[in-house]
Amino acid sequence: MAMTAVRGRLAGAPPDPKAPITPKNFHSKDIVVLVLAIGGSFGLTWLLFSQLLPLQGLQGFLIFWAFAFICMYYVAVRDMDGKMVARDRVMAAIVTVAAIGITIPLILLLAYVTLQGIRFVRLAFFTTTMADVGPLSPATETGGLHAIVGTLEQVGIAMLISVPLGVMTAIYLNEVRGRLQKPVRVFVDAMSGTPSIVAGLFIFAVLVSSHGFSGFAAALALAVLMLPTVTRATEVVLRLVPDGLREASLALGSPEWRTTMRVVLPTARSGVITAILLGVARVIGETAPLIMTAFGSTTLNTNPFSGPQAALPLATFQLARSSQQADIDRAWVFALVLIGIVLVLFVTARRFSARQFGRR
Amino acid sequence: MATRTDDGPVHTAPNPRQIATLRTRSDRVFRGIATSAGSSTLILLFLIGLFLTIKAWPALKCAGASFFTTSEWVPPPRGDCSTFGVAALLYWTVVIAVIAMVIAIPVSIAAALFITEYAPRWLKGPLTSLIDLLAAVPSLLYGMWGAYYLASRLVGTSEWLGDRLGFLPFFKPTNNQPTYGSSAFAAGIVVSLMVVPIVTSVVREVFSQVPPGEKEGALALGSTRWGMIRAVVLPFGRGGIIGGSMLGLGRALGETIAILFMISLIFYIRVNVIEAGANSIAAFIANSFGEAGGTALSALLAAGLVLFFVTLLVNLGAAAVINRSRSGSGVEI
Repeated sequence: MAMTAVRGRLAGAPPDPKAPITPKNFHSKDIVVLVLAIGGSFGLTWLLFSQLLPLQGLQGFLIFWAFAFICMYYVAVRDMDGKMVARDRVMAAIVTVAAIGITIPLILLLAYVTLQGIRFVRLAFFTTTMADVGPLSPATETGGLHAIVGTLEQVGIAMLISVPLGVMTAIYLNEVRGRLQKPVRVFVDAMSGTPSIVAGLFIFAVLVSSHGFSGFAAALALAVLMLPTVTRATEVVLRLVPDGLREASLALGSPEWRTTMRVVLPTARSGVITAILLGVARVIGETAPLIMTAFGSTTLNTNPFSGPQAALPLATFQLARSSQQADIDRAWVFALVLIGIVLVLFVTARRFSARQFGRR
Repeated sequence: MATRTDDGPVHTAPNPRQIATLRTRSDRVFRGIATSAGSSTLILLFLIGLFLTIKAWPALKCAGASFFTTSEWVPPPRGDCSTFGVAALLYWTVVIAVIAMVIAIPVSIAAALFITEYAPRWLKGPLTSLIDLLAAVPSLLYGMWGAYYLASRLVGTSEWLGDRLGFLPFFKPTNNQPTYGSSAFAAGIVVSLMVVPIVTSVVREVFSQVPPGEKEGALALGSTRWGMIRAVVLPFGRGGIIGGSMLGLGRALGETIAILFMISLIFYIRVNVIEAGANSIAAFIANSFGEAGGTALSALLAAGLVLFFVTLLVNLGAAAVINRSRSGSGVEI
């Protein structure tokens, strides 16, 4: 069975003794089999769908094609190299297709949002509000200034609260290592999975039900969601700071707080920035908690402490639920701006983390 | 442990000396600040539970145990204390999450395997970034894309499932002219896209910690790459797979906006998952928050409280499983 495969491999070019040994054993013969299986299964599927059976639909075609490919490939490799090799090859094919396939929806989504939004986005979006725009105005008349201001203020206040708290929590977990270290770590993990709507309900129960809607309430809800992300990402980079630096600083006589503030944190600076950016990216698109805290508005409200305030995701959500086509088109404009901001944040975060540790 | 040397007395191996630290006042202040920041998470979670309970209490007191067994949702003033409950909401929440996990778990394991075992070096970085980017896209955009692009394309698949696999209870048509679309199945697919990156990142981290010696051992004994994965990588990563899946489940249960866009709300329990109509605690709260007041509002907060406890339990379980497994210690989730 498998021996034939091994013999076949040995009969080829003699292995270079200096080359590192890898489990890679894919030869031109195998590529031919792979291509034939792909082509053959495509042909079979096409024949079945267009000529023989009353089948149709792109999804059915793709599913059937994948199924036919796996069967043909398995049989072909089994005949040549045996069962064990066949199973190995088929699993490799499945794993590869699944891994590459999962990125297809992402590409489709980005393309769709871009195509939908780009038709109506105008520069005036960044300087006007929705105050004078009715549901029947053309979709090119879309103002997002109020929502951008709202999002900036809400996320800014959320950062002011959760970044110091998150970084100090990470310091507690990794530098101070007090008695609560274990429960705090477990609950930070659990809290990172708290549904965003629960955070909104919490702030509603604490603040909004007595003091009314405000951007500040939204910021508090976002801070609750941001805290675990910032904490965990910061803790990871603090762990990567070499102990030698801490010991050197302590040995020179500086107290613990000075060591942490002047040695550990500066060393981990770009990692901490990544953590903050990840936290911002986590909350900037959050819609659910804003429904019950910021409430939304079509006019500019620069005061985050009183009155309903708009936000980019919230405005997108409210427009997308409208029954007017122009409003739905407007929602895509907002969505495009939102995804643009998220992409910029994401790429910047990657840059910062790559600069320091090469991963994360 | 005692060692005897030729020219000396018996030496006992030294115990490490206890280091007594006398901290300066500034250090004590520093530790105090860090400790209070650290405990803020615990306090915050406690406060969330407390305040939701306080606000939900009127509805819970009014409905009593029937809150967990009633399927309909007609709170006062239109209904009375026995006409609202989370049974159907919770059922559909779990159904959507389970559909999402059925799709997401195999895909995540495959993606993690591909990144750690199969992918050429140049592909690993970009692929990891792309999968992480899936997690960064706001839920709202998944919902809009799902509703305007994906939903109409899934109707055909649902029809096909209903026609061909109708003998399975969860695909079995409930009447002669079933309407497909806006279903739990469609919502589950969209949620699965949002869960995959979360599960993948945990599983990938675990797989990357498989001791190379064990993998090389399996290969040296003549196993194929897949044989090595089955014999070494998957058993080693089992804790991470289970924990990561539970973590993903927690996310899927709490997903709000994307589900709201994908489904039409119904308030009864039905086995069929591909016909129109589903529900979800989070999506329902987001949908009806604006028009609720009084007991109706309190009832919504009670539903939120249920969701909070369910997700907290699932997430705590996930953290425990991952931390206890052989491979999981030191893995970030």
